[in-house]
Amino acid sequence: MMSRPGVLFALLGIAGLFLPLVHLRPNRIVPGEGITLTAGFATGPLIAVGLAAILIAGCLGRWSPGLRTAAALLGLVGVISSLGLAAGHLLPKGNGLARVAPASGFWLLLAAFAFMLADGLTRLRPSVAASWLILAGVLVLAAALLGSGMLDQVSVMREYATRRGPFLAETQTHLALAFGSLGLALAVGLPLGVAIYLTARARGPVLTVLNIVQTIPSLALFGIMIPLLGWIATLPGADRLGVSGIGSFPALIALFLYALLPVVSNTLSGLQGVPLPVREAALGLGMTRGQLLAQVLIPLALPSLLAAVRIVLVQNIGLAVIAGLIGGGGFGTFVFQGLNQTAMDLVLLGALPTIALALLAGIVMDLLLGMSRGAQA
Amino acid sequence: MIGRVLPALVAGLLLIFLLSPDSFAPLFRPFTRNGAPPIYGQTSLLALTLSHLAIVAVAVIASTLVALVLAVLVTRPSGREFLPLARTVTSVGQTFPPVAVLALAVPVMGFGTAPTLVALFLYGLLPVFENTLAGLTGQPPEVAEAARAMGMTDRQRLWQVELPLALPLILAGMRLTAVISMGTATIGSTVAAKTLGEVIIAGLLSSNTAFVLQGGMVVGIIAVQIHHLFQRFESRAARAAGQGV
Amino acid sequence: MIELRHLTRVYAGVPVVDDVSLNVPEGEITALVGTSGSGKTTLLRMINRLVEPTTGQVLIGGQDVAGQPVHLLRRRIGYVIQGVGLFPHHSVARNIATVPRLLGWPPAQIGARVDELLQLFQLDPATFRNRMPHQLSGGQAQRVGVARALAARPDLLLLDEPFGALDAIGRARAQADLRGVQRQLGTTMILVTHDINEAVQLGDRIAVMDHGRILQHDRPERILTDPATPFVQALIGPGERAFHLLSLSAVLGMTQPGQAQGPAIPREASLRDALAECLWSGRDALPVEGGGIVTLAALRAHARQAPE
Repeated sequence: MMSRPGVLFALLGIAGLFLPLVHLRPNRIVPGEGITLTAGFATGPLIAVGLAAILIAGCLGRWSPGLRTAAALLGLVGVISSLGLAAGHLLPKGNGLARVAPASGFWLLLAAFAFMLADGLTRLRPSVAASWLILAGVLVLAAALLGSGMLDQVSVMREYATRRGPFLAETQTHLALAFGSLGLALAVGLPLGVAIYLTARARGPVLTVLNIVQTIPSLALFGIMIPLLGWIATLPGADRLGVSGIGSFPALIALFLYALLPVVSNTLSGLQGVPLPVREAALGLGMTRGQLLAQVLIPLALPSLLAAVRIVLVQNIGLAVIAGLIGGGGFGTFVFQGLNQTAMDLVLLGALPTIALALLAGIVMDLLLGMSRGAQA
Repeated sequence: MIGRVLPALVAGLLLIFLLSPDSFAPLFRPFTRNGAPPIYGQTSLLALTLSHLAIVAVAVIASTLVALVLAVLVTRPSGREFLPLARTVTSVGQTFPPVAVLALAVPVMGFGTAPTLVALFLYGLLPVFENTLAGLTGQPPEVAEAARAMGMTDRQRLWQVELPLALPLILAGMRLTAVISMGTATIGSTVAAKTLGEVIIAGLLSSNTAFVLQGGMVVGIIAVQIHHLFQRFESRAARAAGQGV
Repeated sequence: MIELRHLTRVYAGVPVVDDVSLNVPEGEITALVGTSGSGKTTLLRMINRLVEPTTGQVLIGGQDVAGQPVHLLRRRIGYVIQGVGLFPHHSVARNIATVPRLLGWPPAQIGARVDELLQLFQLDPATFRNRMPHQLSGGQAQRVGVARALAARPDLLLLDEPFGALDAIGRARAQADLRGVQRQLGTTMILVTHDINEAVQLGDRIAVMDHGRILQHDRPERILTDPATPFVQALIGPGERAFHLLSLSAVLGMTQPGQAQGPAIPREASLRDALAECLWSGRDALPVEGGGIVTLAALRAHARQAPE
């Protein structure tokens, strides 16, 4: 029996082996020449054979899901290490300008093994506890790869090396934007959701307004916040509350506005989703409305609330990139600087952590959601 | 009543604004400083709007076609093996921020409209794919059973039963894709795509709030209109599929 | 004639249908009755190849169904299921027309056939033709489902718990309708049910299944009076069998000359109805419409176990 997905991954990955693994460029702006894995460094052909072997063996249907997952992880480590090895080997010693950047072959190989990993994990169907362990393992592996210095010669890491301080600062800003806006949205959205659950008349107008906010393009909403908040900041006492038309504040408020709809509508649907018999039983047992809300409705609406947190976190981690365009900081700073300078390594320095962060947030929230649903089942 | 008249009124106003933006200059003047122009004049707003819509339309149509084919393939017996993987990839793919996808498309595609199109296309695949999948797999089992038992071939079942029943959800997927694309396309202007984002960015660079407002309003209003239009189609399709109220 | 030869279906090493052979005579209703998990539905679904047998053959009119293209086979066999499975996006008429359209009948003929069937099931064509399934009551949807299965004049109609979703009154009506339509059209039918009452009401023959095997296949009165195994006896229910037996025959065949007091009972009424009337009105004999009487003594004699 052949594994059809396995065949797809193998085709993808083997195409990647024949395409350039890296681009060698004389400096960070100009285009360079493509170099395949086999031509990249001394042990390149060996690694290429190893990767091809995993891909071809993956076509066989008989593998257990666990073995498939492990093989995919091995492949991923192989691909990423090759990038580092190629960079270390190809860069002329003492030349601070030349760059070795990942190219199409690298991305295809990465995709092939990532798909293989996803396929393996999907079949493995690990328990929630096992999933946490796997996640922790992958994070440790990633940290080890980054910390080992093996990748230090890759272009993105070179950009990082020259911007260590700003990078850490922007990471903090990015996280503050994403989590701060989430916190604000929860603080305002939860009571608002409960309020429109209790007063049906307010539902339509509130949800309509929040829906319209969602259709305002992020670029415009971020942009409008600057003069709007700048004007508000001139009012007496506003500056003491931290209101400001410059810096991260406008971005924070824009993200907060986008986050309101998921929080409010999920609070409402979570509360509405509590079965009528449960509600009536609680009232029948003599609970007051407040007790009903606090002891029955909100705990039962928890999965729906967690789902809102997932939506908001993933969405705002992505949208926070726009803050970089209005001087609000975050990873977007590097993305847009890079686009301006046509320095793609700098773009990657902003884009890759954003993607990694969004992915991580999505996975962690999915696991928490799984736990909360499991607790109620 | 208001639900019908208001969108038509807003659409009419928008059209007048696009055809003759300068007649709205007094409205936008309070948002300018130091005598800056109240209406964006580098490129005609109408041309930018049309280009913006064209990019979104091409991306939405392309992603719909590809997503439909993929969703049909993974729900056939021969493609079933891909179904769990497809679900995982879709849910993971949707956590990729559209801005980051756009930024990553630039190294491959260069600047201009192309990376924007590709990013919108890739990002748009997911909602349509996910919804089509839900539509095709969520049908009442006795309906599929009846179709099989009456001697419909696989092809007849797909075209006469499965796709018509999934249509409302497919349209909902297209609506999500179109509305997200309207907003994301504005960001395309940061990589030199001809979209209304150009107006907003010009406003950001010159601190001209009027530009930011007019760009944002045009995009937002069109997005709301698209949203309403699709919802009308959806409820019509739902009624035709016997799911109506 | 439908002939099942040594049919076996194995799922994960467990035989769900185990070496079943059965002859289904033409023009009759055969009821397959058994508890859930007895394999009756699987057996039914092997006839139109919704389930492929692990071993064994199904012959319809002497031809092995395994040799025929499956979609063409199914177009010749009607199939009705519990959930009905009307296409929610098609009108009643379009639903009924499904198989004729697949077979490429001319539109005029399809239209005429749809109206004919709607009338047969006492649904006014002008009212119901263009209704959508969600506008039908459960009983109406069920009748449309049977009409749809009969549309292309199939040789054979398979029914899997067709009335399971109906309430008691709707079910009685649907059963009577089905019986009437079968009498009128003479279609061969195989009916799967867990309800022995329904099997007795509708079946010309009953096959009792348990654990994938047929325990007894016979006329209802034989099953009732002479159950082959304790399981069959338990299924019938010792408290009910006398009534089942009485419900099989009409008053018509039991009338004897004589005079009796009180209101008369219709000739088509079942013996069970006659007994109920005797008990309720405290009479020993009832006059029968059109002359003659039926006596309590005769009813008692009829409802006894067959002599050993």
